[in-house]
Amino acid sequence: MGEPSREALLDEEMELVHPRTFLGKYIWSQDAKVIAIQYALTATAIGLVALVLSILIRLQLGFPGTFSLIDPSSYLQYVTMHGMIMVVYLLTAFLLGAFGNYLIPLMIGARDMAFPFLNMLSYWFYLASVLILVAGFFVPGGPTGGGWTLYPPQVISAGTPGAEGGIVLMLVSLIVFIAGFTMGGLNYVVTVLQARTRGMTLMRLPLTVWGIFMATVLALLAFPALLVAVLMLLSDLLLGSSFFMPAMLNLGEPSSHEGGSPLLYQHLFWFFGHPEVYIVALPAFGIVSDILACHARKNIFGYRMMVWALILIGVLSFVVWAHHMFVSGMSPYFGFLFATTTLIIAVPTAIKVYNWVLTLWRGNIRLTVPMLFAIGFLFTFVNGGLSGLFLGNVTVDVPLSDTYFVVGHFHMVMAVAPVLVIFAGLYHWYPKVTGRMFHQGLAKWHFWLTFLGTYVVYFPMHFMGFAGVPRRYYAYGESSFIPDSVITLNMVITLAALVVAAAQLLFLINMAWSLRRGERADPNPWGATTLEWQTPHTPPRHGNFGERLPVVYRWAYDYSVPGAPRDFLPQNQPPQAQGEEAPR
Amino acid sequence: MIIAWVVILLTLGSVLFYLVSPWQLTPLASNWGTMDTTIQITALVTGAVFVAVNLFLAWVILRYRHRAGRRADFEPENKRLEGWLTLVTGVGIAALLAPGLWVWGDFVRAPEEAHRVEVVGQQWRWSFRLPGEDGEFGRVDPRALEADNPFGLGEDPAGLDDRLVMEPRLLLPQGQPVQLRLRSKDVLHNFQVANFRAKMDLVPGQVSHFWLTPTEPGDYQVVCAELCGIAHFAMRARIEVVAPEVFEAWRDGLPTQADWLARANPDLEAGRTHYASCAACHGASGGGNAAIQAPPLAGLTPDYLYRQLELFRHGARGTHAEDGPGQQMRPFALQLPDEAAIGDVAAYIATFEPAISPPAEAGDPRRGAGLYRTCAHCHGARGEGVAATRGPPLAGLPDWYLIRQLEHFREGIRGRHADDPYGNQMVDMAQMLVNRRAVEDVVAHITRVGTGTEE
Repeated sequence: MGEPSREALLDEEMELVHPRTFLGKYIWSQDAKVIAIQYALTATAIGLVALVLSILIRLQLGFPGTFSLIDPSSYLQYVTMHGMIMVVYLLTAFLLGAFGNYLIPLMIGARDMAFPFLNMLSYWFYLASVLILVAGFFVPGGPTGGGWTLYPPQVISAGTPGAEGGIVLMLVSLIVFIAGFTMGGLNYVVTVLQARTRGMTLMRLPLTVWGIFMATVLALLAFPALLVAVLMLLSDLLLGSSFFMPAMLNLGEPSSHEGGSPLLYQHLFWFFGHPEVYIVALPAFGIVSDILACHARKNIFGYRMMVWALILIGVLSFVVWAHHMFVSGMSPYFGFLFATTTLIIAVPTAIKVYNWVLTLWRGNIRLTVPMLFAIGFLFTFVNGGLSGLFLGNVTVDVPLSDTYFVVGHFHMVMAVAPVLVIFAGLYHWYPKVTGRMFHQGLAKWHFWLTFLGTYVVYFPMHFMGFAGVPRRYYAYGESSFIPDSVITLNMVITLAALVVAAAQLLFLINMAWSLRRGERADPNPWGATTLEWQTPHTPPRHGNFGERLPVVYRWAYDYSVPGAPRDFLPQNQPPQAQGEEAPR
Repeated sequence: MIIAWVVILLTLGSVLFYLVSPWQLTPLASNWGTMDTTIQITALVTGAVFVAVNLFLAWVILRYRHRAGRRADFEPENKRLEGWLTLVTGVGIAALLAPGLWVWGDFVRAPEEAHRVEVVGQQWRWSFRLPGEDGEFGRVDPRALEADNPFGLGEDPAGLDDRLVMEPRLLLPQGQPVQLRLRSKDVLHNFQVANFRAKMDLVPGQVSHFWLTPTEPGDYQVVCAELCGIAHFAMRARIEVVAPEVFEAWRDGLPTQADWLARANPDLEAGRTHYASCAACHGASGGGNAAIQAPPLAGLTPDYLYRQLELFRHGARGTHAEDGPGQQMRPFALQLPDEAAIGDVAAYIATFEPAISPPAEAGDPRRGAGLYRTCAHCHGARGEGVAATRGPPLAGLPDWYLIRQLEHFREGIRGRHADDPYGNQMVDMAQMLVNRRAVEDVVAHITRVGTGTEE
């Protein structure tokens, strides 16, 4: 395969491997749509592991001293694995690997990704990284319990569960994940830049593609920082180097390390870690924009501003990382700089929120299931975004840092909010992916229990943070300043978390049941403008668009255009056919 | 439709929760009331935005929800509106940021007159160091850290008059600014006193610092707020804010590094004499006597024996109404005249051949081994004790004694006294043993692993 030129990727000239066997079609597939489903299923499976871990965490916090299974070591292991799985192996993989693969080629009018073989390889690397991660549960000592941030010296020192073997598997798994992601990520970027169909200018791209594209660019720049941090940590552990390890004691015994800096690791980690927040958020921003516009039958408000906000957030996300380190012992003078950059990033983020709400304003809002999840996202994201203004402002952060305020904030903004968007997206595109409609009733129950349940779980945590309750605590036994009512509150939170967890079963049942029993779906049941809904077949076949690729004449948001007979105009509808205004 | 009303209810409910929640900032005890002010400003501004955006959202849903024949407006852009919104947001953000940076300007510079205290963290305890007459801290060499030199003070003569606080309890004078210099011997820790607001990480290989002025007299709890391993949640200390005279008297009574180096060797002969009254119950060679519930002492470390005798003497152990054997022990501990006598008798007991007890009959040692992996961090993989964590040896102790002590810790009969920090820690740790069966299982393991009779 040579250098892919723009023309070569257009139309029927693209060579595609059309396998005939079941294995070739569904397992060793190079079709981005199949790869997307593989990503989705794997991420869901490992996500369920993380869900079970979170329930174990909550059981211990809600009912301390009840479960013999959960001791301080395993508690920290659950916390660590839950965090890492959710951030990297579920959210990143699902939003980029699943949504990215399925939607990029379809939405830009391409037959497939630019490099289908590399794309397949990317999934198999991801699967390998997941298996290596899970193997941590089966080695002596179990997985690492050093916290998902894997801070040295803690994570490779005595006193930490999994310091013997689990940590090595975690680090190796991350290396494999990053390698796999790089293959996928380069693919997404090249595809978006090179394989757009005729007429699909950058400023006509649906915001979903913009969000995934920007997130991928961020990830390609951020993951290398994590990769080097992981390699250096591995070297400190296995080769005895001292990148991050100063002269210190290891449970009373002098260690052999000397001269390293634990803060260096934190800088590298958060140089990745903060953009990672946006790697998760930007695709969610994009997807939710398209869902709001489609189900409100109205153009997205301020499209150009939305695109520039995405780009600006992406750029700024690289200069805010040290707000995770205000009390880390770095020079406190950094606080001035990083508090300022962090609060500046709130401006483009706020603009996005305004534009979402203004998209609904004067719309024709259909309260479909995807719309409900999108509104749930809006409410949750506003809440989580505003609590970020506490933590980003250095002085306000100091009392709240390392307390449950932080746990409440980041779960709101980068756990619940993107997960609600994932659900919105899954329900929105389910008819296209499967050709069937999901069960409305189950989906609505799923929405209400998840949306309200998570709010009961995370909103009160902010107040525990005000009271100074520290995070990552196995129990709160002998504390003079923590009121007993916190224990009661923890119990309530745990009960709500159990309801949320059970609600996810409704989702799984719905997805599985509707696959066979759901009503046959219309090719474009929501009346959407974007290209994936205009395919000749539902579900789209390999190659996506049949004989000829679509030609794009307009932006993705021609909803309720005055004078048009229907309340939407697909992107590939030529302007002459209608009596409406000139295309944008 | 319902969603709009739910959004309204959640929005107003959240505001109400903020106003009436019983979980608010802890009572302020330092000069950092300015931090509380910035929190309040932020809560006010973000609260207003939260209410405005969400109520507008709810109104939009109600007003513009789908009805037959309805068609949405077509308005791709509205530059004026977007411009105004950006401007207003920018002003709001600046209004949050400015006071934050203002206060931070105070935070980064300790006042000239601040006195200095060093906070030392290690898994899983706190200790403190104050400069001596010269006002200087002696230089630290991490390579010099060992039991005889717990602060790792090197050759620097400036360190000889440094005052050492080995127990996790620190006094601070009210109304005087103090700069806390933070140092860790092993992993990251974080010094958090919720009432002081300010906090900072302890990082091995460097000194970090922050300052505050304690304003309210009282007893405050220090907790570790940076994950530091399995006993992170049980790493605590006490700070007492007192009148300056009380602080000075306490400080001047602290041992210096020179005292520590010059401390007299224990007098084993004197120890033997003192031990005579112990021998009646604990046996001439410390073997213990199960019939009268006297545990063996042979094999225990001087550090642990010394600490427990002090606790008995001060009434921090052996005073709980349900601790019968402890109450019996206390009068005997009070017979020891002074600290030197305690040191002597502890050193004498350490000369005994370690006791051996038979494996426990009750309990499942295999399940116990799983539970013990947490205990092993402080008490050693084979129950040999770990000096760094001050975890005493468990090997050789009989099953009945271990079970009773674990039950006492679980129920707070032992270890809950404010002057018994390591007992406090054990009370917390013992909560992982959820029932009698778990206690018996772990004891079944301990009584086997120490004597090499495990399966």
